[in-house]
Amino acid sequence: MSERFAQVGLSHEEYLRIIDLLGREPNDLELGLFGGMWSEHCSYKSSRLLLGRFPTTGSRIAQGPGENAGVVDIGDGLGVVFKAESHNHPSAVEPFQGAATGVGGIIRDIFTMGARPIALFDSLRFGELSDARSRYLLGGVIAGISFYGNCIGIPTVGGEIYFDECYAHNPLVNVMCVGTVDTHKIVRARAEGVGNSVLLVGAKTGRDGIHGASLLASQAFSEKPEQKRPAVQVGDPFMEKLLVEACLEVLETGHVVGLQDLGASGLTSACSEVAARAGTGLEIDVAAVPRRESDMSAYEVMLSESQERMLVIVRRGLEREVSKVFSKWGLDSAHIGRVTDDGMLRILDNSQVVAEVRAKHLADEAPAYSRDAVKPAYLDEVNELDLDSVPLPEDYGVVLQQLVRSPNIASKEWVYRQYDHMVQLNSVVLPGADAAVLRIKGGTKAIALCTDANGRYAYLDPYSGGAIAVAEAARNVAACGAQPVAITNCLNFGNPERPETMWQFAQCIDGMSDACRMLDTPVTGGNVSFYNETLGSPIYPTPVVGMLGVIDDVSCVLTPGFKSKGDSIILLGRTLEELGGSEYLKSVHARVCGKPPVIELELEKACQQACLDASRERLLHSAHDCSDGGLMVCIAECCFGARAGAQGADLVLSDKIRPDALLFGESQSRIVVSCGTEDAHRVIEIAESRGVPACVIGRVDDGTICVSHLGSRLVDVSVPELRQMWKEAIPCTLK
Amino acid sequence: MKWGVVVFPGSNCDRDVLHVLRDVLKQDAEFIWHEQRSVSGYDCIVLPGGFSYGDYLRTGAIARFSPVMQSVERFADRGGLVLGICNGFQILLEAGLLPGAMLRNDSLEFRCQHVFVRVENADTPFTHAYQKSQVLNIPIAHNEGNFYADPETIRLLEADKRVVFRYCDESGEVTPESNPNGSLRNIAGIRNEQGNVLGMMPHPERCSEKILGSEDGLHVFRSVLEFWGGGYCE
Repeated sequence: MSERFAQVGLSHEEYLRIIDLLGREPNDLELGLFGGMWSEHCSYKSSRLLLGRFPTTGSRIAQGPGENAGVVDIGDGLGVVFKAESHNHPSAVEPFQGAATGVGGIIRDIFTMGARPIALFDSLRFGELSDARSRYLLGGVIAGISFYGNCIGIPTVGGEIYFDECYAHNPLVNVMCVGTVDTHKIVRARAEGVGNSVLLVGAKTGRDGIHGASLLASQAFSEKPEQKRPAVQVGDPFMEKLLVEACLEVLETGHVVGLQDLGASGLTSACSEVAARAGTGLEIDVAAVPRRESDMSAYEVMLSESQERMLVIVRRGLEREVSKVFSKWGLDSAHIGRVTDDGMLRILDNSQVVAEVRAKHLADEAPAYSRDAVKPAYLDEVNELDLDSVPLPEDYGVVLQQLVRSPNIASKEWVYRQYDHMVQLNSVVLPGADAAVLRIKGGTKAIALCTDANGRYAYLDPYSGGAIAVAEAARNVAACGAQPVAITNCLNFGNPERPETMWQFAQCIDGMSDACRMLDTPVTGGNVSFYNETLGSPIYPTPVVGMLGVIDDVSCVLTPGFKSKGDSIILLGRTLEELGGSEYLKSVHARVCGKPPVIELELEKACQQACLDASRERLLHSAHDCSDGGLMVCIAECCFGARAGAQGADLVLSDKIRPDALLFGESQSRIVVSCGTEDAHRVIEIAESRGVPACVIGRVDDGTICVSHLGSRLVDVSVPELRQMWKEAIPCTLK
Repeated sequence: MKWGVVVFPGSNCDRDVLHVLRDVLKQDAEFIWHEQRSVSGYDCIVLPGGFSYGDYLRTGAIARFSPVMQSVERFADRGGLVLGICNGFQILLEAGLLPGAMLRNDSLEFRCQHVFVRVENADTPFTHAYQKSQVLNIPIAHNEGNFYADPETIRLLEADKRVVFRYCDESGEVTPESNPNGSLRNIAGIRNEQGNVLGMMPHPERCSEKILGSEDGLHVFRSVLEFWGGGYCE
């Protein structure tokens, strides 16, 4: 039998620290509380010190990190609340429920702030589709997201999916939820007011998900992840829909002082956090908690991760008024305790005290580790790339066809048509573009959001990978005509006890921080997911960025598709001779090596601003970020999304670099725009005034994509054929 | 005239329909809570899309027993106008206000996409602002839209021109490829014998504003307004 601290996932040193804080040995329940709250998942003990490097302030930030979600003030008294969270390990163990409850969990974080959730995004990573288990995980995750999001009536409007062998045993399921709130109605998760009542609302408490935070989320996988199934929760989107409506309605009464959802570590976490934030204490009696199963111990009640539950702090004497609203929606609300002034989380079982711990000790006093960081040995080797060792392809058209069939680039329609992406009537730009655009009803404003990350870049250079994730996400919203304003994130890494992982993590944070500072997009919150490895083999470091952009006039929104034949096609930015980390190198030459593309943050900002300036002058007919697969894939996507009669391009390129780098290299800070020929001069003038290289590279055509380079014809492909390949690649692989 | 939009627990297009009626068409419209036992005072009742009661047993199967549905049934029997959209259509089938049943989509997947439907009957209170055979660009979003009825019922529906909308391609051809869910005879919407109850799987409220890409659905609501003889503001 292992030591009692190991059974709750703690180390010997941590156990000693607990004894020191308590001044005595903890009883089993108290130890369980610490096990949950001091888990990596709840305490961020390995990441907290490094996360402090992020820039988190700015004139638009109404709420930075520390609450359930960040809030950005977009003017007119409106706040946008957004946050992302991972549900990687539950999804690896049971993809349908793992993904479904991931969606449910992040939605609760948003309406806990008093906001109505208006959109969902999913950033997903799986192994290669040739692998049967990866196909099973993909199918299960998509079905789980679709089950939960569609039922609850929040549109799933964007996200990304990438496939790479490194995620085969440890898929990533990161979900971002976005909501809107009147800035003066933002709710904080605080147990204010001694004597106020504590209500537990929503689903009954069962034995599901016990130790989800400590033993599932905060450890690497062994050989048989299915054995951890009992630690996965089960989701009920209908119950959560009732909770959303009931909570938003109850907040209107003014009787509620604080709201907190129950997520990882269940009641333990919710109670200790609301008390610690307010500097108060809480006394609750587990006997009052409505249960799904009989004979549950206090331990099980406190650590259950049953879904769809909320903790509501209600002004004393108004419990009945509040309960009335919940019962209108058919929801149980149980009065389980009260706010005290002694700072203790006191747990009773039928009026007998069974645990007594200072709330701050649980919520704030977990150790913060400055773990060793060492540059991984693999980097010097993989960063080597001699371009002369990469043979030039014989037929560039064939390469383009190969790239559009790569599941990483191919159309994701098969996925997003399974999600309701239109409910709530705000989706102005539908999935498949650079970012999703949501109008704000009753005015001219809109917001643009996307998620982005390139694990391969971060594997080859975590600093650049972090910076590029931010830069590209910002470029995506800028290409829709939105000013990037803030980010949230989900940082997916391997085992933090490995110094190489910590080095990657620190580098990545530095890269992201520098990009956020330059682009003036502070970090409003985020999530760290460590231990993403199986049998000692970690995933690529994958920093997922969720970017928010604001559009003042929704009529200036841009989409990638070409609009009319004859329009000038302009490339904003410059193409360097670089192929490191590209999809081309991976899909065509089966190599993952080199350095990721160079990222110059000043040029990045200038390029985005040039695009925005031109859009505000209403010069542009389309805009599209140039990224995976390079210029050719970008042009192909502009054709796929084009209006009838404008589905082609005729390009003449003159850059004196290798043709494959020119066509398929992934140089950063590039946006392809189109405009009437008469406006091309002005667009270039705007770009140059910002110091951004820009030139006309061709014209919109119809039916074919033709490219000549220095007098020779490199590409001449039929768009309808190419489009078919792009559209069918994923569904055909799954058949 | 006065519109009522029924809110079942789990309805999720209720606010969307209300938005189109109030903010786009400037109509007098309000929610009707599912526990309400009377629907007097309303001239048209909309059963919106969503997952009423979670749709856990079978789509619409529980909603059909909610208190409000008894009064909606009486309202329909007396000739009141009832429009069921998506889950609302499924509830009308379960309640027996319309014939047939919904099976799971033949793809076995939820489908959310723009489709084309052809107006088969422009002589109903819900469609007379359209031309017969007009092709509409309209979104669907459902898991169970695969309409089924026995051959005799289908024969009657066709003979009485009770098929109101049919899935088609962009040019108006009714083809197997343009059928997104496997429904019999590409049926997307039907009316009852009296003509005062319409059920449709596509969402007209999702294409009633130019900014959302199509205004083709707006005429469903406008038809009702004209039928009623009430004016409306642009």
